[in-house]
Amino acid sequence: MLIAQNWVTGLLGHANEGWKVPSSDLDSGYVRVGFETEGYWPIPETTGPLVFGRVETIEELTEFKKPIRHCHVNVGDANGTGELQSIVCGARNFKEGDTVVVSLPGAVLPGDFAISARETYGRMSAGMICSASELGLADKQNSGIITLDPSYGEPGEDARQALGLEDTVFDVNVTPDRGYALSARGLTRELASAFSLTFTDPAIEPAVAGIEVKVPAVEGSLINVELREETKAIRFGLRKVSGIDPAAESPFWMQRELMLSGQRPVNAATDVTNYVMLLLGQPMHAFDAAKVTGDLVVRNATAGEKFETLDHVKRTLNEEDVVITDDNGIQSLAGVMGGLTSEISDTTTDVYFEAATWDTITVARTSRRHKLSSEASRRFERGVDPAIVEIALDIAATLLVEIAGGTVDAGRTLVGDVPAMQPITMKVTRPSELAGVDYSAETVIARLEEVGCTVAVSGDTLEVTPPTWRGDLTMSADLVEEVLRLEGLEAIPTIIPTAPAGRGLTDAQKRRRAVGHALAYAGYAEIIPSPFMDPEVFDVWGLAADDERRKTVSVLNPLEAERNVLSTSLLPSMLDAVKRNVARGHNDFSLFGLQQVAFEHGSGVSPMPSVASRPEESVVAELVDSLPNQPLHVATVGTGNIEFEGPWGKGRAYTFADAIESARAVARAAGVTLELANADALPWHPGRCAALLIDGTPVGYAGELHPQILEKAGLPARTCAMELDLSALPLVENLPAPVLSSFPALHQDIALVVDETIPAEDVRAVVEAGAGELIETVELFDVYRSEQLGENKKSLAFSLRFRATDRTLTDEEANEARLQAAELAKEKFNAEMRG
Amino acid sequence: MTEASLNEAADAAIKAFDGAQNLDELAALRRDHLGDAAPIPQARRSLGTIPKDQRKDAGRFVNMALGRAEKHFAQVKVVLEEKRNAEVLELERVDVTVPTTREQVGALHPITILNEQIADIFVGMGWEIAEGPEVEAEYFNFDALNFLPDHPARTLQDTFHIAPEGSRQVLRTHTSPVQVRTMLNREVPIYIACPGRVFRTDELDATHTPVFHQIEGLAVDKGLTMAHLRGTLDHLAKELFGPETKTRMRSNYFPFTEPSAEVDVWFPNKKGGAGWIEWGGCGMVNPNVLRAVGVDPEEYTGFAFGMGIERTLQFRNGLSDMRDMVEGDIRFTLPFGIQA
Repeated sequence: MLIAQNWVTGLLGHANEGWKVPSSDLDSGYVRVGFETEGYWPIPETTGPLVFGRVETIEELTEFKKPIRHCHVNVGDANGTGELQSIVCGARNFKEGDTVVVSLPGAVLPGDFAISARETYGRMSAGMICSASELGLADKQNSGIITLDPSYGEPGEDARQALGLEDTVFDVNVTPDRGYALSARGLTRELASAFSLTFTDPAIEPAVAGIEVKVPAVEGSLINVELREETKAIRFGLRKVSGIDPAAESPFWMQRELMLSGQRPVNAATDVTNYVMLLLGQPMHAFDAAKVTGDLVVRNATAGEKFETLDHVKRTLNEEDVVITDDNGIQSLAGVMGGLTSEISDTTTDVYFEAATWDTITVARTSRRHKLSSEASRRFERGVDPAIVEIALDIAATLLVEIAGGTVDAGRTLVGDVPAMQPITMKVTRPSELAGVDYSAETVIARLEEVGCTVAVSGDTLEVTPPTWRGDLTMSADLVEEVLRLEGLEAIPTIIPTAPAGRGLTDAQKRRRAVGHALAYAGYAEIIPSPFMDPEVFDVWGLAADDERRKTVSVLNPLEAERNVLSTSLLPSMLDAVKRNVARGHNDFSLFGLQQVAFEHGSGVSPMPSVASRPEESVVAELVDSLPNQPLHVATVGTGNIEFEGPWGKGRAYTFADAIESARAVARAAGVTLELANADALPWHPGRCAALLIDGTPVGYAGELHPQILEKAGLPARTCAMELDLSALPLVENLPAPVLSSFPALHQDIALVVDETIPAEDVRAVVEAGAGELIETVELFDVYRSEQLGENKKSLAFSLRFRATDRTLTDEEANEARLQAAELAKEKFNAEMRG
Repeated sequence: MTEASLNEAADAAIKAFDGAQNLDELAALRRDHLGDAAPIPQARRSLGTIPKDQRKDAGRFVNMALGRAEKHFAQVKVVLEEKRNAEVLELERVDVTVPTTREQVGALHPITILNEQIADIFVGMGWEIAEGPEVEAEYFNFDALNFLPDHPARTLQDTFHIAPEGSRQVLRTHTSPVQVRTMLNREVPIYIACPGRVFRTDELDATHTPVFHQIEGLAVDKGLTMAHLRGTLDHLAKELFGPETKTRMRSNYFPFTEPSAEVDVWFPNKKGGAGWIEWGGCGMVNPNVLRAVGVDPEEYTGFAFGMGIERTLQFRNGLSDMRDMVEGDIRFTLPFGIQA
């Protein structure tokens, strides 16, 4: 909330004579009691002659594109001559005889706007009739020429003091639980606590705001108001002022407060409602009484009902919106904005002021539904004191009569009662227990009374009744907060709690770390793939309609319309990163990502158990099961050279084998061994893709990406990738230690000729199985093809290492085992032993 | 051969050896002077033909001559070997400033590095690290955390909702749902830190990102106070920003804590100069939250806090543009190395 320093210090100064505070101290005062300020800024300075003037003559110049006025303004002796000052002015909201503010040549206005005498529109213009925005009092759209009551000053007198140009505006951040603080009333109460001052409530003694309430004693009522229960409205009041001067304008002091708080002066009645809102926090509405026909009914709208709000937007209403209607239809969208029909106009002579207390949630929903946040709705959403309806009406009526004449009607319509506040029981020691600071009972009680609570003491138990404006105080923790914040959080000491002995990181957490570190040490740079993706990527990849990865979860409100689903694979985002890096001039790099992905699962609709107590175990299980499957994936991509070209010679290209090695690096870090199988899985190259298996089940794929997909996606040729589901790897228990034989090993080689299509790994496994228990390792060391072998044949050469645990092997034993291996290979793959 | 001629031959050998420029020459000279065909070895071989009475002297002269030549040879060889070794070393000299890194060097993302650092700090205090899914039930993300049904944070304006409408699922807006899950799954006392990725509907620009990371903490135990909260935050801040770091709390409002506060840190090495920085939110766990998970707020109290990881990096490491975090440009990740 924007509010000027002088207003709050003036209100507080009433009961604390002589109290003054520098802006920086006021700022810390706000912060001390829990009101962060977004900033504060003095009204920018105007230097040089700035004086009151009286407009003596206005000559309308019509020969220009826009109407221009040539004025003669009495500025007393301020111009050194006492003659009328000739000033050309483009604004029109002033008339002859008005007292205005004139900056004379030599003045410099905010924004380094130097005033000098010059000829314009064919006339001499020696000065400027100032608007509020030119003097830094308002934003341009909220501002017009300042016209003043003559009592502000004689022509020629310096205007600065009377205009209150030495002031500072604070932007106070009011948290959503403290609606009462969106007013001078609420903030001065807080500042009184912050600076240990006496607080006088302007809702009880309006005199602190310079207001002497003058309304007739209530006699009878005005028109009838039916406040329907369905609206959940709490209170509704009307007061009427009749016979005002429709042309009367609100006084400068009021307009100034409105403008410094970021509002635009409109007309006397509306300005009064806004002023009362800023002062007390009670949003109000002013109706043109002549345009209200019959009685008022406050009801819920019917679905589809139409209403045009003051901002000229035609709105279609919902049955939860609350409307104020008369015989002619809807006059106002309750708590949010009024309508055009009964708007105050320049012919309005009779005014109904309305002050009401609406249901917070209803207003919040209406405001959100219609994307219409008004000063009123902001306050109603956060809660408005229901007890100030009467005083707000009386102050508004008083001010309007002061400004525009007329009389206040003795009748008053008032529906609904101030709800009783629920008392809260609290041990007086509770604040000390939660703060870790010892507060005396007197301190606790005094602070609670300061915020407006009524405190009844019985032994060490307090029965605390919050004030009507503190609907947010509903339990003892709320009261504790009030004590703590007013006593100051800086008083809280520092103690490190002693947690019970912990388990450290879980196995899964350690594994995640180990995997990330292993890939980083293996040369991969980590990136954080986006959780969002464009599902069309899978069309580019050519995935089948029933591919698991198409079981995506959609986002209702994506930031980018096309990236509207959650990733089921890390690769789309990682390949985007490849493209971006290539576009930025990098050719040789490898990346890894380690993040959750999401697959559609189960009902997709989560239950919403009550929060009054702990939900049943079955409900918790249902909650967990209703969510998408969200495994942790790890992926790598590599492009260009994995080994750089350099003074040592050529680089080495990143190939499918490196992608597979990255999977092995992951597996090693996770303490598991991956099996490989040739696989044909998109988006990989059908002939260069390995399925990564654990116990025969694929957990991922690695290899070179499909050349056509790379081409379509604009990615470098031969880019390789790996992705696996880390959550699918078993967590490794303590591994058994190997038993080492001290007997010597025997080495033998075996070369087997098989069909090209038979995977080397399958042959290796058969050799290992066939060689029996003496075999220690089987390693492929050569793959050979030649015309002699024949078409579609290859020779696989393995080196075998044999060892026994209990004796030195003989060559015969080893050879026997080797021949058995060859036999099994023949049986399984029709393999021929060479040489 | 006479003694004199043997001496002469030995002198000749010594002289020749002295003239050798390298080991090869020396080897050749050795063949010339001490090889099978050379005079002294020949004299040695012919000793058998010498009459017995002369043989002893002759043998002595041969051995003396041979010994002298051999000894000198050995000396020269040592010198020449040293010379050769020095030459080889000189010959093998390379320019070590020529680049040597053939293989790519990897790195962890700074978010990961900071997450791990923070996890270690909490594990060091005996806390545990808890994690959870990114798509969450609204119950875990909002309801159980005392967000009323109409809290503005729940709307499409602030929170990503999962289709279809009415799924009551969102992309978690904080890691607090992990706290709720933990409280439902585990007995008190609980001391957990929850790192993770969170989501809010802010457009990506230099200072905002819709996807960011948080570390939250939760402690529920008997007798916990704001002082314990402050102690924990103070410790974390000092570990992350240095021993001179200070913290302060300012009253604020969050649905899930009461009392609530914002926590600011001050530290001398802050990017842009020493000063106070808004770091995160904290407070005592709202009794409604404890009740919703079946913990008796009369018996137990708790505190909770949450900070942005990106924000922490921003003023600790001088991160200038949020987009660098998410674009995957290797120039951003690589300088952070592994730091493990």
